[in-house]
Amino acid sequence: MLELLSGFINELRQNGLPVSLTEHLDAAEAVHFVPLEDRDALKYALGATLIKSSSHWRAFETAFDVYFANRLNTEEATGEDGQAPGEQPTEGDRMRGEGSGGAGGELMTPEEIAALLYRALMAGDTALMRAVARQAVSRYAGIEPGRPVGGTYYLYRTLRNLDLDGVLQRIMAAVRPEKGAGGEDLSPLEERLLGDEYRLRIEQLRKEVEEEIRRRLVEDRGAEALARSVRKPLPEDIDVMHATRDELADLHRALRPLSRKLAVRLARRRRHGRKGPLDFRATVRRSLSTGGVPVDPKFRRPRPHKPEIMVIADVSGSVASFARFTLHLVYAISSQFSKVRAFVFVDGIDEVTSYFEGVDDPSDAVHRINTEADVVWVDGHSDYGHAFSVFHHKWGDEITSRTSILILGDARNNYHATENWVLSDLRQKARHLYWLNPEPRDYWGSGDSVVAEYANYCDAVVECRTLRQLERFVGDLT
Amino acid sequence: MTLSELGLEDTGPDRFDSVADVRAGLAQVGYLADDGIAGVVYLADKLAKPVLVEGPAGTGKTQLAKSVAEYTGSRLIRLQCYEGLDESKALYEWNYRKQLLRIQAGNMIDQGDADAAEHPDGPTWKELEENIFSEDFLLTRPLLEAIRADEPVVLLIDEVDRVELETEALLLEILSEYQVSIPELGTVKATRIPMVFLTSNNTRELSEALKRRCLYLHIDYPDLEREREIVRTRVPGITDELADQVARIVRSLRTIELRKLPSVSETLDWARTLVVLGTTTIDAASARDTLHILLKYQTDIERAAKELLTAPD
Repeated sequence: MLELLSGFINELRQNGLPVSLTEHLDAAEAVHFVPLEDRDALKYALGATLIKSSSHWRAFETAFDVYFANRLNTEEATGEDGQAPGEQPTEGDRMRGEGSGGAGGELMTPEEIAALLYRALMAGDTALMRAVARQAVSRYAGIEPGRPVGGTYYLYRTLRNLDLDGVLQRIMAAVRPEKGAGGEDLSPLEERLLGDEYRLRIEQLRKEVEEEIRRRLVEDRGAEALARSVRKPLPEDIDVMHATRDELADLHRALRPLSRKLAVRLARRRRHGRKGPLDFRATVRRSLSTGGVPVDPKFRRPRPHKPEIMVIADVSGSVASFARFTLHLVYAISSQFSKVRAFVFVDGIDEVTSYFEGVDDPSDAVHRINTEADVVWVDGHSDYGHAFSVFHHKWGDEITSRTSILILGDARNNYHATENWVLSDLRQKARHLYWLNPEPRDYWGSGDSVVAEYANYCDAVVECRTLRQLERFVGDLT
Repeated sequence: MTLSELGLEDTGPDRFDSVADVRAGLAQVGYLADDGIAGVVYLADKLAKPVLVEGPAGTGKTQLAKSVAEYTGSRLIRLQCYEGLDESKALYEWNYRKQLLRIQAGNMIDQGDADAAEHPDGPTWKELEENIFSEDFLLTRPLLEAIRADEPVVLLIDEVDRVELETEALLLEILSEYQVSIPELGTVKATRIPMVFLTSNNTRELSEALKRRCLYLHIDYPDLEREREIVRTRVPGITDELADQVARIVRSLRTIELRKLPSVSETLDWARTLVVLGTTTIDAASARDTLHILLKYQTDIERAAKELLTAPD
């Protein structure tokens, strides 16, 4: 078991999860106290000792499922067979008996699977769902032995064939008259509740299918090989520019607490960071109680520091996902700084500060910016030079020595004029000028990227592709 | 770290026999734990480690500690963390006034007491120093109190994410060694290992050093069955149908993008309100009237009403 555990911890570290030696020892001790045949107990025990952040839990779970998929199988099988004798075997159990015959065994026809699926969802029967998942994977996934893939495609193929949306509609249609038999129609509330119920069951089925596919893949190629293909970056390490839809959803979830965390930290630092100048009068007054010796100097309350921030973001297609993400961040910091102004551009430029005002949900604001802001001048391809010169012309006078300017973009200028005199002028007027570039540093300066030219006029050009990098930058900013 | 390494002879009887025992025990005092929670509590007892509990507000993090204390018959010692918490509020403080009195009293004894014959020069400085830095002059604060207690104790360090990063270091010695070092007195070791729970609302990342010393437990919103059970146990007089409906509606609400998702405690408040109002089934009108108990932002209420109570387009 200890060897197994070290192997697993190694796998976690490969995933980028920090596991210290102490935690390893704790885990080794914890496994003494859980029954090994109980997978869930083992998972919780290892989770409690090894994982110290909720955002890492998903990565842990995947790694656990893959790593221990087959190693504990023997125990699991005996555990399942050792049912209480008096218990009536449910339909699901019988199905499992048939289904575990393997992929080559008697396959059900698509109609049978569909009927079974319908029944499983209506009843919410977990065992039956597992059986359906098993059958469906055998039937539809078409797993080819030996291919080094993570199983996403198999999952897609299976689910497409099951047509879950269609099933949901059929179920809803079937449930409606049954429930509304009293004569009246379902109210929207009841309708919604039922819908959510079945949607959740379908989600559960999806998970069963995913697990089943994973199990087959482990059987096929062994846990180590699969672990390598399913390894996913942690939310804070996801590359914003190349994130998939699921990863973006993950990011979104991670962004909300992040912006709150940042706000708390900024506020804290601003409160504690500076002491005001010595208040001479109050110090002398206080020194009277210690015989005229100024033991306890009194300082004036610090004058609140009022930085102004101007954020200029490229929202063209090439960096769209990054821009959305940064606009969320703008919203987060705007609650902390007295004055944050936001501008977006493609080849034209527009101020969008007002979209953020009095909005509770940053997504609304971002949506409005994407649809309403007037950012296209000629052809809708990024033209940094034109955008900057317009910015300078319209708002250049409002930049003071207290203003920090943040520019977000990949500096891919489509071979237009760079107009870098604007940045040079901004740099002189403003307190700071930073550039955040969502491209990997290696690509800078390749093709039509002119970041090197602009970099001459910036205080710093920072690579900012992941949440972690962004967090570090904002942390250092104040 | 094993118990023998900690150098403790008597650690007290085990609090729990098995994970199932934890669940049953907590259920007795009205706390419904799921497998994860029960498992971690059991491990914490066995490994003698503190538990760091994280999760959204109002999911029963603090209640967990209270319930464990109630079931095991331990005294609950609570340290509420806040910004600016320091040693003298968390660990111990010398009672300056009493020390001062002792010194003055010493002088008076000099002047006219019979004892003065034995001490012609009054108490020496050394005697005095030993005297005023003794346990009589020590004011114990929650952490030290938990360590020195003779009876079984559950220590709850609430909202640990509110203290500054530097203050966290105060906790480290007590969490890993169950001891407190007082320069003038020496080291105070625990006679019995207290169960320690730390809760955090995750407003900032806790330090690695702290996390490493704890077991980690994330309490999320409960699933439908558990929430229904919670409502049934905590709200007297609620019918099964109403409890079921409440749990379902709350679950649906949590799937909507809201600023603040309804927590378990808000679910309970809502269920209680419905019982008081004599509602038997929730319809659109009664839901609309009482939604403000579940949701605390006007925009959330509007959005929820729109999503749940009106027909989709």
